[in-house]
Amino acid sequence: MIWRILVCMMAVLAWTAPIAQAQQGPLRIEITEGVIEPLPFAVPAFVPETGESAQMGQQLAQLVAADLIGTGLFREVPASAFISGVNDFNAPIQYADWKAVNAQALITGAVAVSGEQMTVKFRVYDVFSGAELGSGLQFAGTTSGWRRMGHKVADAVYSRITGESGYFDSRVVFVSETGAKADRQKRLAVMDYDGANVQYLTGSESIVLAPRFSKSGDRVLYTSYETGFPRIFVLDVGSVQRRVLESQEGTMSFAPRFHPNGQTVVYSLSRGANTDIYTMDINSGQATRLTSAPSIETAPSYSPDGSQIVFESDRSGTQQLYVMSASGGEPTRISFGEGRYGTPVWSPRGDLIAFTKQSKGRFHIGVMRVDGSEERLLTASFLDEGPTWAPNGRVIMFTRETQGESGRATLYSVDITGRNLRPVRTPEGASDPSWGPLQN
Amino acid sequence: MKLSTKFVMLAGVLALAACTNPDRFGADGANGMGTGSGMIGGGAPGSASDPTSVAYFQQSVGDRVLFLVDQSTLTEEGRATLNQQAIWLNQNVDYTAIIEGHADEQGTREYNLALGARRADAARAYLINQGVPAGRLRTISYGKERPIEVCSNEACYAKNRRAVTVLAGGLTG
Repeated sequence: MIWRILVCMMAVLAWTAPIAQAQQGPLRIEITEGVIEPLPFAVPAFVPETGESAQMGQQLAQLVAADLIGTGLFREVPASAFISGVNDFNAPIQYADWKAVNAQALITGAVAVSGEQMTVKFRVYDVFSGAELGSGLQFAGTTSGWRRMGHKVADAVYSRITGESGYFDSRVVFVSETGAKADRQKRLAVMDYDGANVQYLTGSESIVLAPRFSKSGDRVLYTSYETGFPRIFVLDVGSVQRRVLESQEGTMSFAPRFHPNGQTVVYSLSRGANTDIYTMDINSGQATRLTSAPSIETAPSYSPDGSQIVFESDRSGTQQLYVMSASGGEPTRISFGEGRYGTPVWSPRGDLIAFTKQSKGRFHIGVMRVDGSEERLLTASFLDEGPTWAPNGRVIMFTRETQGESGRATLYSVDITGRNLRPVRTPEGASDPSWGPLQN
Repeated sequence: MKLSTKFVMLAGVLALAACTNPDRFGADGANGMGTGSGMIGGGAPGSASDPTSVAYFQQSVGDRVLFLVDQSTLTEEGRATLNQQAIWLNQNVDYTAIIEGHADEQGTREYNLALGARRADAARAYLINQGVPAGRLRTISYGKERPIEVCSNEACYAKNRRAVTVLAGGLTG
């Protein structure tokens, strides 16, 4: 039973890679009015193994549940429905009790807190098969990092049940916003993917825009007006040391992104009326111009293998998406639908490009294959923009801004089917998210 | 059923990244140019009635030109304003100017930065063509980051799609 639904979910997750999933065999897909039936799971409070662990056991179970529910693929069976509890992590599972409440997956855990140290153990069970799914895992760390341990448990559960890698133990760098619309104060911040543990990386004295994580998450590129003009900076996340990367007199530079090798940066440079795409070796500062059309070329993003760049250009008269070799050369237009396309971002899986689309006064986040086919719009609002991919390439986070005098920017996430749209809670207004890697 | 008790020990490197000091920039990060349009203070020798003053330039000459949606072509009205700006700048040769290009909120952030650069450059090129030395005119784009009107309709958008000539202190400071 569990496998039938699991494979249904995988079929949805894998719509971009049907061949890879073809060996799963013929199965019925349960879709009700376009919505996949989420898989019911139970996660009782983790068993406290020391006297001071009880509250942590509750918190961990809640965090794991929140991560799984947030995917839209899972539904929690509430504790009030449980017939039996789990009081001993090593006791045999009463499968009949969990079947009776239709919990198809059961996650059990145990936690031992000792001072500032804690260990977390967990197991996942396929209730209807009456068997453990994978083997138990244990994490050790400090109590201040408890959320990361919870996210790691949820990542393991998600991964075992969907066959995809997880994305919960990851961070997002973004622009935190306060102040009135005509006097927005912006500063860089980094947070857990779910909005917890916000840390500020810069002050708000100068406008900062569009931070972008390196592939390993150790550095951030962003645009700042700190010198008086828009310039690209690179910031070390650990030390919070920053330096300006590009400062040619009489120019502006913006829209930077790392090459997957972490050594090359692709960006836009405006000289006079013209904006083109350049690359720079981050150590030598050596710049190379990749485009030379009189039109606007901006928002470049590398393919995950670093061999190609997708970017936007208005050379046709409106903003459209183009792909070119990482060394430049003649680009190929890939967007042909009605409206304007901008801010393309290559999926970490390499299969899709996410973008912002403007059409008929509305903004959309969408995805298309890298050749421009199979365009799908996932969202629609007054102003949605700036998608960023979860490390597993299955979820997109973006900025949504409301209209009018009280307009405010906040973050949302949506899965690539467009079914699971959710706000990401941040302490202040927020924009320009960039999703970092799954942490080690 | 044989329970697997083989736990895999993962590295305990869960300590979070080094903490940050939100105030680390302190006062040294402050830079007057970084925070928007207008209001160059200190250099104005007189009130709006003084024809050599910044206030006069802003109010009587007209410090801004407006653009149509997604356009950077100067309008008839814009050219008329820039003609007056050129005359003023050619008479008041101690001033330099930074021309700020802006966009309305209906566009993506990066594109609007590039569009603002186009608008600022269109104004700058026109002023140079009217005899203002190129060395006295710089440009900057704020994209959609600094709207002056905050409603979300064309009445506000029209005022936000602008190039503003912001006078800076004299050539000799």
